[in-house]
Amino acid sequence: MENESKQLNYLEDTQGRKGIWAWILSTDHKRIGILYLISIAVFFVVGGLLGGLMRAELIAPGETIMDPQTYNGIFTVHGIIMIFLVVIPGLGAVFGNFFLPIMIGAKDVMFPKLNLFSWWIYIVGAVLAICSQFAGDGAPDTGWTFYAPYSTESGTNVIFAVFAAFVLGFSSILTGLNFIVTIHRMRAPGMSWFRMPLFPWSLYATAWIQVLATPIVGITLLMIVAERLFQIGFFDPNLGGDPILYQHLFWIYSHPAVYIMILPAMGVITEIIPTFCKKAVFGYKAIALSSLAIAGVGYFVWGHHMYTSGMSGTARWFFSFLTFIVAIPSAIKVFNWVSTMYKGSIDVRTPFLYALSFIFLFMIGGLTGLVLGSLASDVHVHDTAFVVAHFHYIIFGGMGFAFFAGIHYWYPKMFGIMYNEGKANIAWMIIFVGFNVLYFPLFVIGMQGMPRRYFDYLPEFQTGHVISSIGALILLVGIFMMIWNLFRARKNGTIAEANPWGGVTLEWQLQSPPTLYNFDEIPTITGDPYNYK
Amino acid sequence: MDDHHENHITPYITHLKVLVTLLFLTFATIAVTYVELGALTVTVALLIATVKVFIVITWFMHLKYEEPIFRYFVIGVFLLFALIIFITFFDYAFR
Amino acid sequence: MEEHRDDIGSRMGMWIFIFTEILLFGGLFLVYAIFRAKYSAEFHSAAYELNTFLGAFNTVILLISSMTVAMSITAVQKGDKKLALILLGITILMALTFLVNKYFEWGHKVHMGIYPGSDLLKQFEQGELMFFGLYYFMTGLHVFHIIVGMIILLVVMYKVNSGTINADKFVLLENGGLYWHLVDLIWIFLFPLLYLIT
Repeated sequence: MENESKQLNYLEDTQGRKGIWAWILSTDHKRIGILYLISIAVFFVVGGLLGGLMRAELIAPGETIMDPQTYNGIFTVHGIIMIFLVVIPGLGAVFGNFFLPIMIGAKDVMFPKLNLFSWWIYIVGAVLAICSQFAGDGAPDTGWTFYAPYSTESGTNVIFAVFAAFVLGFSSILTGLNFIVTIHRMRAPGMSWFRMPLFPWSLYATAWIQVLATPIVGITLLMIVAERLFQIGFFDPNLGGDPILYQHLFWIYSHPAVYIMILPAMGVITEIIPTFCKKAVFGYKAIALSSLAIAGVGYFVWGHHMYTSGMSGTARWFFSFLTFIVAIPSAIKVFNWVSTMYKGSIDVRTPFLYALSFIFLFMIGGLTGLVLGSLASDVHVHDTAFVVAHFHYIIFGGMGFAFFAGIHYWYPKMFGIMYNEGKANIAWMIIFVGFNVLYFPLFVIGMQGMPRRYFDYLPEFQTGHVISSIGALILLVGIFMMIWNLFRARKNGTIAEANPWGGVTLEWQLQSPPTLYNFDEIPTITGDPYNYK
Repeated sequence: MDDHHENHITPYITHLKVLVTLLFLTFATIAVTYVELGALTVTVALLIATVKVFIVITWFMHLKYEEPIFRYFVIGVFLLFALIIFITFFDYAFR
Repeated sequence: MEEHRDDIGSRMGMWIFIFTEILLFGGLFLVYAIFRAKYSAEFHSAAYELNTFLGAFNTVILLISSMTVAMSITAVQKGDKKLALILLGITILMALTFLVNKYFEWGHKVHMGIYPGSDLLKQFEQGELMFFGLYYFMTGLHVFHIIVGMIILLVVMYKVNSGTINADKFVLLENGGLYWHLVDLIWIFLFPLLYLIT
């Protein structure tokens, strides 16, 4: 498939622009994907270090390295950065941007300029979020969830932070819009919906959530501003409002938001597993449709974050019931991944290691989610470290590991270089161990009663905290090793071939790195996407 | 596939007829408030508003002549919105 | 790379953006529904402060403006540039009239002391407070969208005049029109919910 004289790849073809302008003014979806990759990686490291500071503080009861106000500010900004700057844009913005057009046989997305604009808005939102830490009345201390009534009363920079989230929401909406139209209108000839690979399917389901759920948090954040600035008391009982209303509105977005985080991650895993099993994915239609099912049903479970808030009993059992229902399509995916491996020709390479650990960690996160989803047990563990452990297993163990899997899978394609696999695998091992040592104890002390977002705690919880903080250190070492290894490959890596893993989706038929417009000629698709001979 | 929409030109008179219908419905909504229907007044007003929205979307916004997928999108969005309101009232109606 | 033109895709993008706006206002309609159910008597009495005639007049204006912008598309399709510009001009004029009405409506209320945070409002019932909070917030956000819509229509008008938008290529006008109809749609629901619950 390669030309004798290799064409300019997208990294070499600057389209007449120089230096940084070739990057921040480029409408090429691949460059935009790299821009997001760098931004997200930077914010992930910053957010991770903030998490490290939290673990350092919590290694002993009482004040260890910071005062309570600082601690509240740190867990707030840790959440804001991780949620809004890292995991929500996450896999979609990086691998979706880079690979969606390629995997459907297109030369770019439907609205390339809008795509670049999305990244610019993301950067504006990020700058606002950073400014909220330092300007005026001090870093917000409300938690990333900005619950009323505290968020309407707190003397800190809530408006700044809330406005940053609002701006970031626009970035998410516009990317989702772009992806929906791209998938509807730009699939290559012959690529019917059920011949489309499963990563694009997951991006499609995700895009609808981005588009339909984000506006609700947008208006909610505006309402916080209205209450702070104009005393319009939507959430203030003294003015006729209801603080629980805030929680409803907030979670109507933020629950579907977790599916924005996880669906593309599941899509990436669904691409990786068949490649390293040399076998077509088991139950293609089930996986495709389960993505839509998760997106759809996921809109109706938000109240499971609010069981102890004062909602009616009717609402509580309704949301609990729906929460159990939404677990089913996720379980279908897990079953199908494992079934794909059965009687496959398995090649345990770095991406596959991350994919396997994804399944393991996601299962733990998912099953503990059922503990939280069921009313009786939730009352016991709501707002404890159990919840913290649950969502870190799902988001970090799930989406995070899927991200690492994706970067190790697609790195040779994106950069034309192969990293050191031995070191990558060692880094994986350290990360996997560190992750579990960090988060598993939190399940235990959570069940024993350790509250979340607490600066101080009773001595009986210290053992768990010490183990957890040691885990954080191990994890930090592993993460830095992983990043360093990928970074070093730019100098020390070997040239990658076009298809180092033997994948069968369209990206592996292009040269590494791809040319500016991906395809010389748009291919015509004649068969199913996972055609292993 | 493009031709279906691009070739269709809505006559001026159709737009005028749509406007007249909308104006009639507007006055009907106002008139209804003068009739004592109690709690039903809001329901009737919202029903008429829904019909007006349907008319604007179908003719002014040209949905009638667009690809069928657009119709499914619109229905889906309004359905989602209605469900969210409905489910939220599981809380408020039973407190 | 050759220009990839896809008018259906372009309109699809605009429709999706409209969905986000529907849900943005939808959040407010949800809040309205909740407080309306809780404070039905107070909402009823508070609504008497609103000028039903002005509200109806504004409704008529927006409906007419929707017709004129829809007609402008017909005009462009028929190659009648002059008529298209007149129709777009009328649309923008209607929008301006709406804004002027709003200005007087709000101004009157502010003059009477009915605005969020005012001393007078503190003496009202909580339900009435909520009604006026919603009134200002919803109509305020709507006014913002009217202004944005006007800017879009001005840009579109400019392009019709310069010939960038013509009988062979008018998807920008269609999309601008779609945005304008959205502004009308929101008002179609706002009007009865705020003005007609007396």
